[in-house]
Amino acid sequence: MKLEMTLKKLHLLLLAAVFVSACQSTGDQTTLDDGAPLNDGQSQIDGSGTLDGSGSDATSFDGGDGGNLTPIVDDANLSAQQMLDRVDSPLATRVIYFDFDSAKISDESLSLLEVHGNFIASNGNVSVRLEGHTDERGSREYNIALADRRAQSVRRVLLFQGASSDQLETISYGEEQPAMLGHDEAAWGKNRRVELVYNVN
Amino acid sequence: MKQSLNYLLGIFLLLSISGSAFAALTIEVTSGVDGALPIAVVPFDTSKLSSQLPADIATIVSSDLNRSGVLKVLEPGGLPAQPHYSNQVRYDQWKAAGQDYLVVGRILQKPGGMYDIQFQLLDVLKQKQLIGYSLPANKRKLRAAAHEISDLIYEKITGTRGAFNTRIAYIRAQRNQARKYILQVADTDGFNAQTVLESDEPLMSPSWSPDGESLAYVSFENSRPEIFIQHLATAKRSKISGFKGINSAPSWSPDGKNLALVLSKDGGADVYVMNTETKRLSRLTKHRGIDTEPVWSANGKSIVFTSDRSGSPQLYEIAASGGKAKRLTFEGRYNSAADISPDGKTIAMVHSERGQYKIAQLERETGNLTVLTDASLDESPSFSPNGKMVLYASTRGDNGVLYVVSVDGRSRHKLSDQTGDIREPVWGPYKRKQ
Repeated sequence: MKLEMTLKKLHLLLLAAVFVSACQSTGDQTTLDDGAPLNDGQSQIDGSGTLDGSGSDATSFDGGDGGNLTPIVDDANLSAQQMLDRVDSPLATRVIYFDFDSAKISDESLSLLEVHGNFIASNGNVSVRLEGHTDERGSREYNIALADRRAQSVRRVLLFQGASSDQLETISYGEEQPAMLGHDEAAWGKNRRVELVYNVN
Repeated sequence: MKQSLNYLLGIFLLLSISGSAFAALTIEVTSGVDGALPIAVVPFDTSKLSSQLPADIATIVSSDLNRSGVLKVLEPGGLPAQPHYSNQVRYDQWKAAGQDYLVVGRILQKPGGMYDIQFQLLDVLKQKQLIGYSLPANKRKLRAAAHEISDLIYEKITGTRGAFNTRIAYIRAQRNQARKYILQVADTDGFNAQTVLESDEPLMSPSWSPDGESLAYVSFENSRPEIFIQHLATAKRSKISGFKGINSAPSWSPDGKNLALVLSKDGGADVYVMNTETKRLSRLTKHRGIDTEPVWSANGKSIVFTSDRSGSPQLYEIAASGGKAKRLTFEGRYNSAADISPDGKTIAMVHSERGQYKIAQLERETGNLTVLTDASLDESPSFSPNGKMVLYASTRGDNGVLYVVSVDGRSRHKLSDQTGDIREPVWGPYKRKQ
């Protein structure tokens, strides 16, 4: 398990690095940092072509540190629904959090979204609704646009991982549906989010 | 099938319900004004009526005049006498009580359930009547008649047309068992609220048509933001914008022919203009940042909107026919949700300073920005049709509450609420052209 995680982490970090550089190389219209919408879809990254995503160059790790052995479940035999039902899986984490007035995806969230993206890409019967939200501060209509931008940021990462656009739907709720009531950072931090709502067909 | 079922289950259309059964908002004074003109309003004589009236005219008028910030009404306990006709007035008493103006009146029963409301506005120093009118009203129109009296008094004293006898619209959210979102219209004192639409999914961004007969708004009834137009009297409604992505922030042009709105169908949130008849759409902004919250200038020639193209939300202006956008706000990191005064000279907005969100106004000619409010989470400013007051939503505890503030910032009054979370107030137009 530990070994698997380490491998996965390395793999994801590499992907993230390549992804960011790929974004930068296509000009600032597609940088992830500001989550800006793609202009007329001209420079859309769909993960097919520019990268093979195998990350095979980066597998020079020197193994685990031995000791505790944790049995690994063979995911290949689980249905998509069973995978989603596993509470110990990264897939069980389905909320991505954001900084104030930002649609930038943190490195940690990026790693999580890679897992989701891979899962969605390899399970064609799965679809996901990406529900964007903001905290209560500022104006409501601006927050609708900001939450939409957050959902689009998440969508782009998932597409990059090979998810098909048919599988992804975005919706912006702005500040209308807070996860937590309250007027402090504790509540605001919980409300600036994108929720991944899975549907297995 | 599922959609139409959802539609039926989720949405309950209610025709306008009249009467005071829905009176749920009350006025609470939060700050007064030094230098406001003293005026006494004597309770109207109702002794000739066969039954008690559901509304007290003098109380409604007093509350309106106080809310203006320009006038200060004498507390009922301080009244030296109770005259109902000008010929009963001893002016020296009112002068001694420090009053500049005096309002007296009476209500008479008329056939067919009608009332005749008579009032006189008297100048205490000149010892003469300034105006006097007789207004016919049925039981349902008593509150409106009172607001009209306030308008006549306000205009006579200040020279500015009164805007008390107009309507406001807002969203009331309820969080009891299930969430409910209710679009309501009410009198400008918050009374006489009528439900326009009720939904289990969010309702947002009401915008008045310039004739005051319809509202455009955003509804999530189909699980995403779409724009609807609803005629208030008939409750007839239609979806006007349901493009892929967001459909939001509708704003009616002053001539009623176009709707500015925000769509993300071509990428990020951008401002578009739609002809409400032909549904023809033209794109006004093309920017990778967020462009939203369009509002029209009174002459219909330009549109002010919020954009984060500079890195944080700021206000910009663009010609309604398109072109290059010009930045208007430079003070503070967050300026959004503009409303333009009827004379075009000032812009009200949500302005953030030190992490707090307040209502501010920008004087266009000088570029001066003045903060009007003192709470930490204020939003949705909306000018009264005479440009003298700004209606907005503030947050108290877990609920939104409505306030009005005079544009000089000196008088602020709360329209307090007993149920729900009230937000996004918009002040409607004058009922009749003058």
